[in-house]
Amino acid sequence: MPMATASSSLHGTAAALHGVGAAASSKPRSAAPVARSVRVAAAARGSGSARARGGMVARAAVAANAVAAAESKSGGHELLLFEALREALIEEMKADPTVCVFGEDVGHYGGSYKVTKGLAEMFGDLRVLDTPIAENSFTGMGVGAAMKGLRPIVEGMNMGFLLLAYNQISNNCGMLHYTSGGQFKIPIVIRGPGGVGRQLGAEHSQRLESYFQSIPGLQMVACSTPYNAKGLMKAAIRSENPVVLFEHVLLYNLKEKIPDEEYICCLEEAEMVRPGEHVTILTYSRMRYHVMQAAKTLVNKGYDPEVIDIRSLKPFDLHTIGNSIKKTHRVLIVEECMRTGGIGASLRSSIIDNFWDYLDAPIMCLSSQDVPTPYAAPLEDATVVQPAQIVAAVEQICQ
Amino acid sequence: MAAAALLRRIPAARAPPTALMAARTISDSTAPLTIETSVPFTSHIVDPPSRDVTTTPAELLTFFRDMSLMRRMEIAADSLYKAKLIRGFCHLYDGQEAVAVGMEAAITRSDSIITAYRDHCIYLARGGDLVSAFAELMGRQAGCSRGKGGSMHFYKKDANFYGGHGIVGAQVPLGCGLAFAQKYRKEETATFALYGDGAANQGQLFEALNISALWKLPSILVCENNHYGMGTAEWRAAKSPAYYKRGDYVPGLKVDGMDVLAVKQACKFAKEHAVANGPIVLEMDTYRYHGHSMSDPGSTYRTRDEISGVRQERDPIERVRKLILAHDLATPAELKDTEKEIRKEVDDAIAKAKVSVAFSVLFLVSL
Repeated sequence: MPMATASSSLHGTAAALHGVGAAASSKPRSAAPVARSVRVAAAARGSGSARARGGMVARAAVAANAVAAAESKSGGHELLLFEALREALIEEMKADPTVCVFGEDVGHYGGSYKVTKGLAEMFGDLRVLDTPIAENSFTGMGVGAAMKGLRPIVEGMNMGFLLLAYNQISNNCGMLHYTSGGQFKIPIVIRGPGGVGRQLGAEHSQRLESYFQSIPGLQMVACSTPYNAKGLMKAAIRSENPVVLFEHVLLYNLKEKIPDEEYICCLEEAEMVRPGEHVTILTYSRMRYHVMQAAKTLVNKGYDPEVIDIRSLKPFDLHTIGNSIKKTHRVLIVEECMRTGGIGASLRSSIIDNFWDYLDAPIMCLSSQDVPTPYAAPLEDATVVQPAQIVAAVEQICQ
Repeated sequence: MAAAALLRRIPAARAPPTALMAARTISDSTAPLTIETSVPFTSHIVDPPSRDVTTTPAELLTFFRDMSLMRRMEIAADSLYKAKLIRGFCHLYDGQEAVAVGMEAAITRSDSIITAYRDHCIYLARGGDLVSAFAELMGRQAGCSRGKGGSMHFYKKDANFYGGHGIVGAQVPLGCGLAFAQKYRKEETATFALYGDGAANQGQLFEALNISALWKLPSILVCENNHYGMGTAEWRAAKSPAYYKRGDYVPGLKVDGMDVLAVKQACKFAKEHAVANGPIVLEMDTYRYHGHSMSDPGSTYRTRDEISGVRQERDPIERVRKLILAHDLATPAELKDTEKEIRKEVDDAIAKAKVSVAFSVLFLVSL
């Protein structure tokens, strides 16, 4: 199963990630589909923040051979993904007093996945708030607080619980900026673990990115490494837009060395995991690791897959994706969403609309089965995409 | 009386017709006047405020003017809707004006108000102007939400008016979030989160109230009980229609929502309580003359006698008119003149809004 060698494969992937990125102007939110990547300003931040962040760079997703930590002047430090998220929270909460955290058991208990461990002691009960089990109302309260200029981070203990807050997320969080004619910004971050875990049962194994993707006004990102987890969390907190940050239940203990200096990741950019020539494999979150495992087998068989972790689920980074398709002419999407109405379905559609002429083969999309995730282990394994299926799919596409 | 003589100059001293609601310079007289509310307050686990309300002649005249303006705006909206200049949903507030006006009189613009879709008059009370309101209703760029929101989405950020929400009940957690931000910033202000007797049955209200009580937030939950959730009478939707008691461990006050002075007193009391002690529930016993919205005639679930009965006995504007006349603060003719001015003000605003720029599709995704 995929997780055992995660830390060693991560060094390889981290190496591929980092090049020097260009700072650019932050742009106001646009709802129109764009086939270009958007870079977050290195130094600028939304109104209300007094911070000047000189010297910090938003790193572009470019294939490079340098190892991230080696570029770091002081050698970097190793940590687990949940610790990377926590580091991001601590840094942002220290720098900006309007950042606060709402969620169940985030405070005194330290968070059910330890992302907020120690924060209540550091920042106090008014900034790290233990809520009752009331997702609908505390998500709404987060939106209300954001309307009034705070920057709340709302945690769904499991993303699936946020279905109870769907109305707030859709109608208020997503729409208020528009329906108020631009008067209100909702700089909220909604985050939590989702995805299929280890026999957690159907209701605790959901992929909410499918359900939220249609909400106009919402931005969505999925982290997959300690490096991008920290970078995306920081960027999400600083964004003036409502951002949903999807974490995965099985990825919290991934280990990686990350830079000591401050950095953020661009919310709208995809990450080049492994450059290649034969086929573009688009994936995100946990499936990235299944893809990379399949990639090992594929390389042994003589294939050269290009693996992109799309990271930005809404909007798609069609610039990076398009450049890849123009090179390889073949696309395989590997996702954890169910076949019906998932991110893969939308991505496929987008690619057809934008890059049809560059395709030499039909786009393949491997998704989870359209079933409630069963409890029994072999059945659970069969609902999600496994590396062997990915290998078979690439062989088919590359015929 | 010298005061009365002073007041009879009101027509000349009155602000010009284009004055916004925020300009309360109608009369010189701020000599205090004490008036009893129509009925005493009923309370739940708190000592109610006194039914003697301090006001001034100037304030009463402002009440009359503001409520009349709101009444006129809503009636004009009715005509515009029937003329198909306003489309979609349009929920009118006529009959309930005392709640908007009394609340505003008790608080400042630093306090926050949030409500559901029956929001036109609250927008006005918070300093919104008629042209922006009508333009929004007609979907023009000059609308207060730039035509993107419509009737149910009026907001005024600079006056701490947070809308304007279509899915009832959801605004209450938002309101408690506003209160959270007020407490977070140690502002000593409060948030009034308004909802109806229909939305009072939404679970998220109890969630939000629980959290507000736990965290001692300055949330004031205001149930505008007009006795009908669209077509369903309160007794058919609520096992316990004593909405002011619904807070259980949270204190509550029941208020005659047709009496602007009672509303003012209750809101003043509530704000002091909320800032010091945490949440409180207010139930405003009020009434809407129109149906739920323009799609609802409002007569299939209640009798015309009931509607006209309330209009005769409890109309908020008539109550204030009687008070003004009884205390000799203006003559009937002066009040009629005020109403005429208001009519003209509203007509002028509609005319302006009618010719204001409509949309091209280019504006769909930009603001």
